[in-house]
Amino acid sequence: MKVLLSANEAVARGAWEAGVAVASAYPGTPSTEILEALARYPDVYAEWAPNEKVAMDVAIGAAYAGRRALTCMKHVGLNVAADAFFYASMTGAEAGLVFVSADDPEMHSSQNEQDNRRYAKFARVPCLEPADSQEAKDLVGVALELSEQFDTPVMLRLTTRLSHTDTLVELGERVARPPTVDKYPRNPAKYVMVPGHARQRHPIIEERISQVANFAETFPHNRIEWGQRDLGIVTCGIAYQYAKEVFPEASVLQLGMSYPLPRRMVLDFAAQVDRLIVLEELDPFLEEEIRLMGAYVYSGPEPYTGSKSIFPLTGELEPGVVREAAIAADLLPASAAAPVIRPQKGELPSRPPVLCPGCPHRGVFVVLGRSRLPVQGDIGCYTLGLLPPLSSIHTCGCMGAGIGVAHGADMAGDEERHVAVIGDSTFFHTGMPALLNVVYNRGKSITVIMDNRSTAMTGHQDNPSTGRTLQEQETVKIEFEPLVRALGVEEVHTVDAYDLKGVREAFKACREHDGPAVLITRRACALLPKVRRTWLPLRIDPQKCVACWSCIRTGCPALRKSEEIYETNNRQKAEIDPLLCTGCEV
Amino acid sequence: MRRPLNKVNFLLCGVGGQGTILASDVLALVGVQAGYDAKKAEVHGMAQRGGSVTSHVRWAEKVTSPLTALGEVDMLIAFEKLEALRYIEFLRPGGTVLANDHKIIPITVTSGGAHYPDNDRLRALLAEVTENVLWLDGIAIAEELGSVRGANVVLLGALSALLEVPESTWLEVIEQRVPERFAELNRNAFRRGRAATSR
Repeated sequence: MKVLLSANEAVARGAWEAGVAVASAYPGTPSTEILEALARYPDVYAEWAPNEKVAMDVAIGAAYAGRRALTCMKHVGLNVAADAFFYASMTGAEAGLVFVSADDPEMHSSQNEQDNRRYAKFARVPCLEPADSQEAKDLVGVALELSEQFDTPVMLRLTTRLSHTDTLVELGERVARPPTVDKYPRNPAKYVMVPGHARQRHPIIEERISQVANFAETFPHNRIEWGQRDLGIVTCGIAYQYAKEVFPEASVLQLGMSYPLPRRMVLDFAAQVDRLIVLEELDPFLEEEIRLMGAYVYSGPEPYTGSKSIFPLTGELEPGVVREAAIAADLLPASAAAPVIRPQKGELPSRPPVLCPGCPHRGVFVVLGRSRLPVQGDIGCYTLGLLPPLSSIHTCGCMGAGIGVAHGADMAGDEERHVAVIGDSTFFHTGMPALLNVVYNRGKSITVIMDNRSTAMTGHQDNPSTGRTLQEQETVKIEFEPLVRALGVEEVHTVDAYDLKGVREAFKACREHDGPAVLITRRACALLPKVRRTWLPLRIDPQKCVACWSCIRTGCPALRKSEEIYETNNRQKAEIDPLLCTGCEV
Repeated sequence: MRRPLNKVNFLLCGVGGQGTILASDVLALVGVQAGYDAKKAEVHGMAQRGGSVTSHVRWAEKVTSPLTALGEVDMLIAFEKLEALRYIEFLRPGGTVLANDHKIIPITVTSGGAHYPDNDRLRALLAEVTENVLWLDGIAIAEELGSVRGANVVLLGALSALLEVPESTWLEVIEQRVPERFAELNRNAFRRGRAATSR
């Protein structure tokens, strides 16, 4: 029976069919739906961990205990989990261990577009790459078998255009797996990585990856589709689909294992085609490996510059971009391009995603913006405080960075009082050590914890502040004020985020305090089901409106300019869209 | 089932919250029911409320790339008219635009300084790419039937009359995808939309 599934849903299904017992993750686009889907299957334990490193440690622990385990993350999530990634490679485990990295070329919702295949090579971990949802499902089981056969964690790499694309998948049945051990291992030489033991392990993992490279030569998911011999294309992941779309006649070597490469298979293939090219997204990862083998890679009419050949280094690929690059490299005639008509539109108004009507962060940013202080942002819905007319954050690098950055600027002697904003989930993720640092090292920056009771941006997942787990068990509900006081902060204020006057006064108190201060702005996200039920649109009384536009300047999408003019200042009065307004009264 | 056409490339566009995702889910499933291989690609995770959203859906004997290149979309289905203009280059010259005659003012116009193009200019620019532009007042039709939220299904109905897939296939898929209590509303919305573009 075939169904349309995204690669994320397919990976979840594949994990369930292959008998994965434990899965832990932190939400991150485009990986989030994997664990959400997996959590709904029976006989699997699935949890949201506060960050990706903890999640990976959890998966490793389950695999040490002889049960198949999985963790998933977006590309930058692997940066957070990297420490665990490396030791997992050093130790191996007792059962299959798969790390899913869902990269985001084009940065649809990320701060960068790093190519995580490089991590696989760095840590000597095999990397598998599907080209559609069926392969995504199948490769989970394959990854787990590979993991057990070679005693290595295995990376399964997706990208946004796989994760969030639905393609047809044939479903299978679950095969239950008993634990591979009777008792948790007592094997310190393998699992305790003190220098003496680690020195023994390093040569083992070098030998291991070279055995996997040998295995790659006959790996069924490394496959050649012979076509015309004038052009041979080596490719992996979603780029395989673009190769088939743009070069339907060419011979194609699809690498289902993008690291390590099957040297003999690649050189054999190269010898049988007139021109060899590599079609991959982002880094010239395959291209570098292939050049290292001594194969000649065609790079177009201009001499090879040492960078990536033919196809763009930045951004995601799509057939138009691939075709254009192919024409520029003399691989296709100019006539191959489809005619495109581009009307002279001028600048169309952009339509960026914005803070929703009723968002509790909006009023807080109005107050922070009016203070004119430098505000270090962080990752979450509140990053949208960047956009005009709020324009209230000045930096944002990665999860949990804002508090550290504020402290750094403070301790460098910068004259202004520094402020950092951070969400509830992000605070649990990596904000806590950063705040501890401010207190411990006697900084004075102000931290605003924007507590909307949800990991909202990625789709309202539960976290330690919500009192519920991913698999819908009731659990502790962590409160921020006692937590922050336990970290040593004395000046702490908690206010309702909708209470602008209260926010203003509390923020003033923080500024007047000569020491570190924390302002907790609390109000549940307006989109949460229990909040949606309370939406009650407001209406502006046109008799009373004086077109001062202070409501419009909050940037709320439910507010717009009406047809009616206020004669005194000749400006349009404001009106409220009843389909959007939630009645927040900010 | 015999496929009516070799392939069709669709691009759906609109504003977050308008129901483009449901519409593209239905369109992909209808393709599969009609005997095609189908792929559907979208981007989510930025909780796209209020932001510009697009979905690519492709029907073919075998679909390779999930994305359609500029100039290769056969049917552009726009839930909001500025978005139709924003993505018009994707359309094959002479291809079909099915547009909901609805305006959602972006924040960059309300509190920025940007200007929403007027109707005449908008229509003239679309006409540079194709004469085949079908306008539909999806909101008005949906409102008549009891809920503006049905506008996306009205548009699906209108689209269905332009393709040779039986009405029953569409209705089956829609019924599977919407909550039971809205099934009747959605059926009516679909039928009204279909009637609006039936020749």
